[in-house]
Amino acid sequence: MPEIKVTPLGAGQDVGRSCILVSIGGKNIMLDCGMHMGYNDDRRFPDFSYVTQNGRLTDFLDCVIISHFHLDHCGALPYMSEMVGYDGPIYMTHPTKAICPILLEDFRKITVDKKGETNFFTSQMIKDCMKKVVPLNLHQTVQVDDELEIKAYYAGHVLGAAMVHIKVGSESVVYTGDYNMTPDRHLGAAWIDKCRPDILISESTYATTIRDSKRCRERDFLKKVHESIERGGKVLIPVFALGRAQELCILLETFWERMNLKAPIYFSTGLTEKANHYYKLFITWTNQKIRKTFVQRNMFEFKHIKAFDRSYADNPGPMVVFATPGMLHAGQSLQIFKKWAGNEKNMVIMPGYCVQGTIGHKILNGQRKLEMEGRATLDVKLQVEYMSFSAHADAKGIMQLIRMAEPRNMLLVHGEAAKMEFLKGKIEQEFSIDCYMPANGETATVKTNPSVPVDMSVNLLKREMALGGPLPDPKRPRSMHGTLIMKESSLKLVSSEQALKELGLNEHQLRFTCRVALQDPYSDSETLHRVYTHLKSLLKGYTIQHLPDGTVMVESIVIKVSSSAEDANAKILLLSWSYQDEDLGSFLSSVLKKGLPSGLPKM
Amino acid sequence: MAAHLKKRVYEEFSKVVQIPHEEAPAKKLRLSKPSKSAALHVDLCKATNSTDALQYLLQFARKPVEAESVEGVIRILLEHYYKENDNSVRLKIASLLGLLSKTRGFSPDCIFDDAINALSNENSHQVLAQLLDTLLVIGTQLPESPAVRVRLTEVACKHLSDTHFGVRNKCLQLLGGLGVVDAPLGKDSEASSSSSAGAVREVQTIISDYFSDQDPRVRTAALKAMLQLHERGMKIHQIIYEQACRLLSDDYEQVRSAAVQMVWVLSLLYPESIVPIPSSNEEIRLVDDAFGKISHMVSDGSWMVRVQAAKTLGSMLQVSPHFLEQTLDKKLMSDLRRKRTAHERAKELFASGEFSSGRKWADDAPKEKLDTNTVSLIASGACGAFVHGLEDEMFEVRIAAVEALCQLARSSPSFAEKCLDFLVDMFNDEIEEVRLQSIHVLREISTHITLREDQLDTVLAVLEDSSRDIREALHELLCYTNVSTKECIQLALLELLKNLNKYPTDRNSVWKCLKFLGSRHPTLVLPLVPELLSTHPYFDTPEPDMDDPAYIAVLVLVFNAAKSCPTMPALFSDHTFRHYAYLRDSLSHLVPPLRLPGRKQVYSLDSLDSGAGSGSVESAQVFLQQSLQRVSTIQNLETPGAQDLLDFTIRDLQRLGELQTELAGAADFCATFLRCQLLLMKALQDKLWNTAVPLCLKQNVTATAAAQQIVEETYKLEFLYSGLESRQVATIHHVRLQAKALQLILTARTRQGVDPLVSSEKFLQEVEAFQRQFLSELPHLQDSFVEKLLELMPRLSSCKPVELVKILQATLRQSGLPQLRLPERVHRATATIIEPTGESDNPLRFTTGLVLALDIDATLEHVQNPQNTVKVQVLYPDGQSHVIHPKPADFRKPGPDRHRLITQVYLSHSAWTEPSQIEVRLLLAYSSASSSSPCRSKLGWSDSFDGLPPPEPAVEGTIPFSKPVKVYIMPKPARR
Repeated sequence: MPEIKVTPLGAGQDVGRSCILVSIGGKNIMLDCGMHMGYNDDRRFPDFSYVTQNGRLTDFLDCVIISHFHLDHCGALPYMSEMVGYDGPIYMTHPTKAICPILLEDFRKITVDKKGETNFFTSQMIKDCMKKVVPLNLHQTVQVDDELEIKAYYAGHVLGAAMVHIKVGSESVVYTGDYNMTPDRHLGAAWIDKCRPDILISESTYATTIRDSKRCRERDFLKKVHESIERGGKVLIPVFALGRAQELCILLETFWERMNLKAPIYFSTGLTEKANHYYKLFITWTNQKIRKTFVQRNMFEFKHIKAFDRSYADNPGPMVVFATPGMLHAGQSLQIFKKWAGNEKNMVIMPGYCVQGTIGHKILNGQRKLEMEGRATLDVKLQVEYMSFSAHADAKGIMQLIRMAEPRNMLLVHGEAAKMEFLKGKIEQEFSIDCYMPANGETATVKTNPSVPVDMSVNLLKREMALGGPLPDPKRPRSMHGTLIMKESSLKLVSSEQALKELGLNEHQLRFTCRVALQDPYSDSETLHRVYTHLKSLLKGYTIQHLPDGTVMVESIVIKVSSSAEDANAKILLLSWSYQDEDLGSFLSSVLKKGLPSGLPKM
Repeated sequence: MAAHLKKRVYEEFSKVVQIPHEEAPAKKLRLSKPSKSAALHVDLCKATNSTDALQYLLQFARKPVEAESVEGVIRILLEHYYKENDNSVRLKIASLLGLLSKTRGFSPDCIFDDAINALSNENSHQVLAQLLDTLLVIGTQLPESPAVRVRLTEVACKHLSDTHFGVRNKCLQLLGGLGVVDAPLGKDSEASSSSSAGAVREVQTIISDYFSDQDPRVRTAALKAMLQLHERGMKIHQIIYEQACRLLSDDYEQVRSAAVQMVWVLSLLYPESIVPIPSSNEEIRLVDDAFGKISHMVSDGSWMVRVQAAKTLGSMLQVSPHFLEQTLDKKLMSDLRRKRTAHERAKELFASGEFSSGRKWADDAPKEKLDTNTVSLIASGACGAFVHGLEDEMFEVRIAAVEALCQLARSSPSFAEKCLDFLVDMFNDEIEEVRLQSIHVLREISTHITLREDQLDTVLAVLEDSSRDIREALHELLCYTNVSTKECIQLALLELLKNLNKYPTDRNSVWKCLKFLGSRHPTLVLPLVPELLSTHPYFDTPEPDMDDPAYIAVLVLVFNAAKSCPTMPALFSDHTFRHYAYLRDSLSHLVPPLRLPGRKQVYSLDSLDSGAGSGSVESAQVFLQQSLQRVSTIQNLETPGAQDLLDFTIRDLQRLGELQTELAGAADFCATFLRCQLLLMKALQDKLWNTAVPLCLKQNVTATAAAQQIVEETYKLEFLYSGLESRQVATIHHVRLQAKALQLILTARTRQGVDPLVSSEKFLQEVEAFQRQFLSELPHLQDSFVEKLLELMPRLSSCKPVELVKILQATLRQSGLPQLRLPERVHRATATIIEPTGESDNPLRFTTGLVLALDIDATLEHVQNPQNTVKVQVLYPDGQSHVIHPKPADFRKPGPDRHRLITQVYLSHSAWTEPSQIEVRLLLAYSSASSSSPCRSKLGWSDSFDGLPPPEPAVEGTIPFSKPVKVYIMPKPARR
């Protein structure tokens, strides 16, 4: 039995450093190549020695597919391709290809320049790595080689995020990457067609959560900002450069437009400007509204949002500032926070999760006095709000995707083990399909039952159709006669005559003959006639002939009668049929073995 | 000379009369008939190969074929069809057959057999499909013949087993479109009843067999055919339901979409039958089951199906409330713990009396732990359908969901209450259309609901929207909203004043909104009054500025509340009473009459206005009828006292129109009509008619002016009033004819030497046109000018112009007053320009050579099709006038018979030395060609005379129908 093997090198019962190996139909594919944000040692990157101890990965992998540009999905890419060694194709969508190097470079800078790490990949390595990238379009089927093909589907989540459908022959796997089943202000919802893959590998970050509607959260957010602005306060929104930041920008921009507000909105410069540029370019990847209106105006060409300058923080009057980083642990957002913390009119809105130990986490937990470096304390008087804007599918969304794709097996990654356990149970209960959740380094094996396509000659097909009922029923298998020819790597089903002709063979007739002993007190010809009438009454709808040369023909089966020399009553019936009439022949012999009924007329 | 003239008249006349005969297309076509089919035949014979033949056929298809020659052409085509080997040519011929049999006036039963014969010998699938299509056309052309139907059903059944999907598709279409619906037991039982009764039973089963066809297109066609059967009145069997439900999970979206419709149809047919729930022993009503299944489709993969499903849900009103409420159900959880939705939290906060809490991070912290077994992730049945639909990615789905919510909420108050939160959430949608739609929906269901304070808060936040449509829709919504507390009123007032401050153009709309808010919640306003009017128990407060729109807004709220709250006026301070008197006068539509101490006269007058109620309308109606009857007693125009009577009646009617707004249209109409009569009468009565021509020049001037005025008034009568019947139109035209006759006489008299030939000819044409147009109305115009004229017509057309004039003069003077019968409802088109107000003393300055955009905001009432008829006219002081056509998108329709024009007109002029006023007004453009004359179509000549221009040239013109507004502008010379 052929099988598909899935081994997570990262993201198995875990969030971070997504990296999944899939062997399907003799092909090895690596899905994502991410890094773990939580570690600074070797655990940061996936353990590529699982693939090979020494030497390059090129020989062992057919291709690498990156689902989107978040570092936990692509952070280890230069390390893998340049430092471990991989020269094969790397597939990612156009926006991912454009944005990924910016983030990698930023990441490199922080680790090497700020933290002073050595033995890390260089800028040149990032460039070399990106040269190996083959861009993908949505719904475009790309042939990696003769047998392996991949196709990308829209996944929401971030700009350019994609789900991939990997297919070898009739076996297929879908990998979702991170996805979002509810649309937001700048991206649409994930969608896949009913491709019925053998395995659906899905993320399960929110396996145990069902979320409230996005609109409530948006409205709350806007209301808070609006109220604060009306009071004349300043609003600080700490964000990470990409993804949610753009969504919030769009949200505020349209709100400002709608409500005719005049207060300035600032965005701290740097990485974001570059990223915004790409958002402007990849309009086709955004949601319906932005796609439809970009002819009049590109939504990412913000009218109300301007670049931030350090000096603006002291300006009087209300303003909204987006500043990086998102957890208030360093950088510009922290500086602004310190300046504004003392005024109760001001507000800080944390749009995402904060790691323990950061100032963001502290203030969210209600701490009003913060200790800063150098024993200074900071009184936090400003309002602190929390708004969750997350772009992962929740439990319902995951179920919805399963219903859309109708997979035969399910495999969960990118989530916590306990939560996965719950979802696994639910999936098995609702869809009655197998669900796997391998840990890192563990292999899940799924047996498949691939169908083998065979070319059938048209003549044979037509002949069969003419034989059968009105139309072939696609749901029901049907048996037919024919000859299967396996030549080189192709399979062909043809009629036997054609097969003989093609192979240059002579046809051999195969006949079965069978003797049936009967006790019948009549003459031979009378017995024959009795057999004839018996069969005639038994087999309606068959041609039965009584030939003058003393034989009875049922279709092509010949029946003769001879009496034995000793006993005139003991008749021997000779049946002879060709191989093709095996069914009818054996039926006749069994009928005749039972003897002739007594009630038959004599002549 | 005279003889010569007469001859010329004859010539001219005969020419005029002959135009329709000569140009009559029938004659021409008769000539071309044989040549056409013959030409085709020749062409087809000439064609050496199939490409040529195809070309000929394509060319042939471009020209229409007349009914008589269709059969000939078809024979030729069929003949060629049998000879032709090429599939594409046969296909084209087959499609041509279908096209030709659609020709009007041709009955295709003669080619029916031929088409079926062609079918039996055909090998190509495409041609077969096309032939079946042709048969479908033929079959629909022959709806009366059951034999044809049975035959076609047989043919369709025979070809259903074809291997090509196209053929099967067409067969199913045939079955759907022509499958026998009603078993004809009574009429032709002997021949076809057995087979057709069989067909009845069969058709549905035959079609439903193809629900499981291997080709999705055929499956779709089968579902569509079944739906068509339903539309044609056949009762679909309930067995189909199960099959249709299975198709809901088809792989192809068009199948699913059609299946949704099918399930819906069946849920309408068998709402109460019981279906079992699979995998359990329970049973539920079919409509509930269908509702659940369709709800499920709202989260389908294809957005087309989602739209279809969401729309369909709205019309399933029979569903049980239990299921209905599930559609809004959502259970949140976080880390397997139950979490309350934002809606629930808001409700609780409200219930606990505290609205705005300092929200903490853990505000939405999950509460109790959930049992893993009870959480259902797959929404079973209707669960959360609308929650999904309203959050959909495509705005089409969201709009469909909002509309469905509206329909369901209107029939179920409890559901309306529940869906409130969701609708309010939609006010924040990213697409304006969706926001607008949800505001409208909320307004429609607002009779069922009372807004909570937190909900009102969200609703009011939208007041700051920069889109005018949204704000006005919201004002409209607030007019119909019930609120629960006085804080709500205060909040609403505050936000409305904020809105007024930010967008001063919303003034009228805000005031109107406060008017309703006040009159709906008098008891809630009462405790707020001292605060609103800033009165103080001990101190006198300064008198507020009377011109402040915000203060007026507050007063409107208070006064409307005071109307049904008699204790309120006691709280007013002195200046409030004064302001009341002022506002009651200046904004009488916003400020109701109040019973104020020491204001008897106001009270008494108003009680007359409001107290009389519907009775007064009836009595006014009676009065109107009586006045008209009185006028109709005037037989002769020269009766002494007739003029006075008319004068008085006109005056009465005008006053009646002012008093009774419901009858204003009718009264005005009658008054105008009578004024026309009066003018005519006066013009004719001048004694100087009999004096010598040169002496009466002066009188001629007045008569000419009168005639001109009458003509203009008749156009007003015809086009300014809606609801006229053809009889009134005829009467109006009749008056116009009289005026024209008068004009003719006058010209004939003034210019003695000039040849009046042309104008007399034109007049006669008009008479003829009148006769043609109002043939059916002629009996009503007995003893009138026209009738007499038509009697004399043979003489008129042959006599000399001078003689004609004499006859006309006599007839005109003898003819009686035509009776005016009042139609049911007559409304006068009116327009009021709201913006600009014309009050500003500050001139609008702009540089010469550049343009100034002037915002115009006007309401139009009773204007049909304003996009084409309403224009804006700008009159400059130097007499220049510009007519501007507003864009169709500038017209909105806030209510029935009401339109709103919000547009910008661009002004420009050369430099002026000082500011001056221009006039802006609205015009109603008309054209007599587009006039509503139902007789025209009855006569049926429009069919045969299609190519000809209408005999009477269309008279086009404009009627000013709004008061002009003066705008002060100042074009400055450009600075160099």
